[in-house]
Amino acid sequence: MSTETNIQIPRTAYEVERFTLPNGLRVVLSPDRSAPVIGVAVVYDVGIRSEPEGRTGFAHLFEHLMFQGSANLEKLAHFRHVQGAGGTFNGSTHLDYTDYFETVPSNALERMLFLEADRMRGPRLTEENLKNQIDVVKEEIRVNVLNRPYGGFPWLKLPPVMFDTFPNAHDGYGSFSDLEAATVADAAEFFDKYYACGNATLSVSGDFDSAHARMLIERHFGDVPSRPAPTLADFDEPDLTAERRQSYVDRLAPLPAVASAWRVPNPVTDFAGYLPYVVLAEVLTDGDASRLVERLVLKDRTVTSVGGYLGFMGEPFEVRDPTALLLQSHLPPGGSVDKVLVTIDEELDRLATDGLTPGELARTQARMATHLLRETDAVLGRALRMAVLELQRGNPGLLNDLPHLIAEVTEEQIRSAAATLRPHRRASIEVVPGGNQ
Amino acid sequence: MTALALPELDETRPLSLPLQAERTLPNGLTILAIRRPSVPLAEVRLRVPFARTELAEAAVLAQTLFSGTSTKTTVQIAAELQTVGGGLGAGIDPDRLLISGNSLVSGLDRLLELLAEVLDDAAYPEGEVATESERLADRIQVAQSQPAHLARVALLKRIYPGHPYAVQTPSVEEVRAVRPEGLRALHARRLHPAGATLVLVGDLDPEQAVDTATKRLGAWDGRGETAELPPIPALTPGPLLLVDRPGAVQSSLRIALPAVPRTHPDHAPLQLANMIFGGYFSSRWVENIREDKGYTYGPHSVLEHSVAGSTLTVSAEVATEVTAPALVETLYELGRIAALPAAEAELEQARQYTLGTLQLGMSTQAGLAGLASTYAGFGLRLGYLADYSERLSAATLEDVHRAAATYLAPAVAAPVILGDAEKIRAAVAAILPVEVESKP
Repeated sequence: MSTETNIQIPRTAYEVERFTLPNGLRVVLSPDRSAPVIGVAVVYDVGIRSEPEGRTGFAHLFEHLMFQGSANLEKLAHFRHVQGAGGTFNGSTHLDYTDYFETVPSNALERMLFLEADRMRGPRLTEENLKNQIDVVKEEIRVNVLNRPYGGFPWLKLPPVMFDTFPNAHDGYGSFSDLEAATVADAAEFFDKYYACGNATLSVSGDFDSAHARMLIERHFGDVPSRPAPTLADFDEPDLTAERRQSYVDRLAPLPAVASAWRVPNPVTDFAGYLPYVVLAEVLTDGDASRLVERLVLKDRTVTSVGGYLGFMGEPFEVRDPTALLLQSHLPPGGSVDKVLVTIDEELDRLATDGLTPGELARTQARMATHLLRETDAVLGRALRMAVLELQRGNPGLLNDLPHLIAEVTEEQIRSAAATLRPHRRASIEVVPGGNQ
Repeated sequence: MTALALPELDETRPLSLPLQAERTLPNGLTILAIRRPSVPLAEVRLRVPFARTELAEAAVLAQTLFSGTSTKTTVQIAAELQTVGGGLGAGIDPDRLLISGNSLVSGLDRLLELLAEVLDDAAYPEGEVATESERLADRIQVAQSQPAHLARVALLKRIYPGHPYAVQTPSVEEVRAVRPEGLRALHARRLHPAGATLVLVGDLDPEQAVDTATKRLGAWDGRGETAELPPIPALTPGPLLLVDRPGAVQSSLRIALPAVPRTHPDHAPLQLANMIFGGYFSSRWVENIREDKGYTYGPHSVLEHSVAGSTLTVSAEVATEVTAPALVETLYELGRIAALPAAEAELEQARQYTLGTLQLGMSTQAGLAGLASTYAGFGLRLGYLADYSERLSAATLEDVHRAAATYLAPAVAAPVILGDAEKIRAAVAAILPVEVESKP
């Protein structure tokens, strides 16, 4: 234990009110009247890992279809009603959930509830909308993956190295042929199975009165037909017993890069065992005083940047098992990936064997507290995180506890976590530059 | 099923400005402290005028400012900041150097103390400068493989001929040639408090925060040079510049249009006209080329304000095979808004969006800090938000149409496309005269 005087980790006291409607919709309210804005999030318990074989990219395509109109809303109406109320909206598809959200001035609360409830009853699924959104999604994939260097690295490229089963290994953006094969019937079936209100949470944070919000929620969501939630699938796979490593040529990339992943404890059922890995990733890579930045970037100069995080989409508290700790590095021209991996092993070993330096853990925890508090300063950051914490853990109040739980992780736990990141449990993907070398 | 009615909006909550304090110190530094106690953090922005500095030197200086002092190493500075939950970083654009950071609010004093130490005593050590120059050179090399970057480079060159804004990224060679002596000289010459603004936002008492910052930065050396930028050249419309990127699966379409600064009477009407045209999702252009045609994923159109002038930029990444049709629709929508007045409902929707997003932008510490710092760079304060809101509320259909006809007309546009020239040239040349540049 460090003997230095550490800075006090502050505590937030966001109010959290939970209830479940008779139709099964779980609701989380977190009033905060400090600014005249609200965040509204609806999160469904379905993501990339649940999409059927032969339909890669379908969860994301379906997310687009949820914006194309519903019983009382023409195509384009959703966007116009949110923006015409002075707000912003979006949706996003993750490994284990799909979210839909708005940030608006607080006078638009009831309107947002109306919009979300209307599409929860069912989107307008038409051939025309499907065809149009397949085109839009293909452009999205071109922008984010095909027309840029390092597209999909490592979040789409590393899972197939580490995992063997379709849910964990496949490309979540989807192949163009799978996307083009999608039908309206597929969409209807997907909605029926996964978009049940019993499979969703609604979260509202910001400037409102709880009792009033509750009344409005009952008014708009109360008659959404009750449908049973599907049984939560178990996507577990055995841990690796031998190192896996692959490479691919990125024709646009000018410089090499590498990412490695190691399996970590179940984030939901073994949160106490998981948390040290979240802190470990920051000890290794957060800022110039972190282990790997100091060694690889500043001292050896074998990488130009290194990052570490939990989960393939970098969301430590919004992912289920199986998941991983990732370390990714970009290398200078002609840099050696082998050398980088060996050095990372050395540093992990040193951390496991010699432990941390005085103050190292406390300062990492202090900085993590700042990052966490900053993310929740925005009403939407709060609404989204609480919605997912409710969905996956039934515990949205965890948001208030995270900075302290992180601060309670001990040096011994960090050392033990580092000791598990051995080469034989590692999956790596290397980008071989094919660009203007 | 009976149709349900869209709920009306409740009464609008008025825009209210946070508690603030301001002081300009004898050394020329202006301190603005703003109270937003939502989370126990503090946001810090120090904006220093940095126009007309050598591009590569300025870029490397931003990367090495925190790379050590006469008594501390990079790692020690980073560790001491982290100890109070803090972090600091620097970035440049052609107008300014911006130091940004945040910490637990209890660590603000310590963060400012470390900031002052770096401003007084940054050492630019040989080894760190070499490392950071190489890292920056690598990042520039990666940027040069990104279409968005290449399209921007081509557009800037096209619209700001002879102006310091024409080139905003140094070359790899220039970056590698930067030496510590040059950085120390640049720091001494230009990194001083005259004209600089320090913005502090957070769970703090504004007067006390100004006192704390005065204590820490009052001794910052005020000597040094300043530099003025000439106004940007008037936008010259002309042929479409087609920059070849063989093998590209998408074309990057960019159109620059003239614009006015925030304080100009045409600004609010132009902002609204731009919204109706393509400035947000529920705009004519986005509904047309994305939601109707499926040509693109994230088209956008924004007013960009720099100290030397303002420009409106229209951007979309479109599939190679629909490049010409996407250009046609874009020119059509620009022509339509210039030629015909918008509908009342379109204006109201754009107005509500613009007013509402002002409220959203002010609702976080980081949002407030960014706004206050940016405005300060243009001599404005947060009070500008109230004036701007009034002007947005007052703009008529006629005002908006006049602004559209003046600033959004295809006749005043400067278009650039980055894409596979072999595949798109003939089709694009059927719409506009084309000039081809072979290599980005």
